[in-house]
Amino acid sequence: MNDLWTTPVPGILVTVLAYALCVRLQRRARGHALTNPVATSIVLLVVFLAVTRLPYPTYFASARLLHFLLGPATVALAVPLARELPRLRRLLWPVGAGLLAGNLAAACSAIFVAKILGASRQVTLSLAPKSVTTPIAMGISEKIGGLPSLTAVLVITTGVIGAVLGPWFLDRLGIDDPTVRGTAMGVSAHGLGTAAIYQESSEAGAFSGLAMGLSGLITALTLPALVAMFGL
Amino acid sequence: MLVGVVVLFAFHFGADWLARRFHLPLSGPVLGMASLTVALALRGQTPRGLDRASNLLLKAMPLFFIPAGVGVMVLSEQFRAAWLPISAALLGSTLLAMATTAIVMKAVTKRLTRPEVKPQR
Repeated sequence: MNDLWTTPVPGILVTVLAYALCVRLQRRARGHALTNPVATSIVLLVVFLAVTRLPYPTYFASARLLHFLLGPATVALAVPLARELPRLRRLLWPVGAGLLAGNLAAACSAIFVAKILGASRQVTLSLAPKSVTTPIAMGISEKIGGLPSLTAVLVITTGVIGAVLGPWFLDRLGIDDPTVRGTAMGVSAHGLGTAAIYQESSEAGAFSGLAMGLSGLITALTLPALVAMFGL
Repeated sequence: MLVGVVVLFAFHFGADWLARRFHLPLSGPVLGMASLTVALALRGQTPRGLDRASNLLLKAMPLFFIPAGVGVMVLSEQFRAAWLPISAALLGSTLLAMATTAIVMKAVTKRLTRPEVKPQR
């Protein structure tokens, strides 16, 4: 069975199939938050790997092409962003203030919670950059003394949580302005949050992409100082 | 539309190279997004093909996170050992960051909003 998995065909096939089924499921459930197709597809594929006893590295090697498309898809956020530039210029102060406050809240609360849970210094430092897009977060983690591989896990989990619960949570808070919804998703749940909110509207997606990029920059520049302040 | 795909890949590739070459604190894709935004702003309008290619990729973007997401559940010992406290911590912190961003942004918008618009120079 494993030799069938040496080309990208089966990996892409099962992943797209799982995703298509889960998008259907979400429509059936009328967009209920817990049926976010990324989360349900991941669960479905974990079960699939367990049942077929297919090793994850074999699956990933075959599905890698989809993973690589994350890069150009992130670049593609430039298109809705360029379209929203005039509006962004008017919202410069609110977006700037929201970004700074949100990033500070994300990093401080992560460090704080890790300390309460009695996490080791290394785990705490790996957790601190969790709201930032994966490659940037891994770089920060390495610089401040965390474990980049653990950071990647925490970043993706954060993204899934944000993508699943974010739209519902923002509804609860009574936030309906797409620029605010997008910015909040981009700050707290990076690319996964952006991908989820883009399905709602391209303007929200544009602000989310912008927030994701700037959050990466803000966190990369400020987290080392913040960590020193917490005495870590 | 093919030209659009080429543009997206070219910006990704170029930015990745720059980020690695100069050890920038930004990832290649994010730098690519920033530089393409600047390029489009300078050009004044987005070519139709690029618009369609980007919409296609963005519509499918959630799909691209799945292979790595499966790895989180399957591979990480640290995660499997303590998934409940980790998820609880991440949940609290993520919702707090989301609420803080949204509330601060709304508050600043309200403070800045003036009833009339200044006349153009």
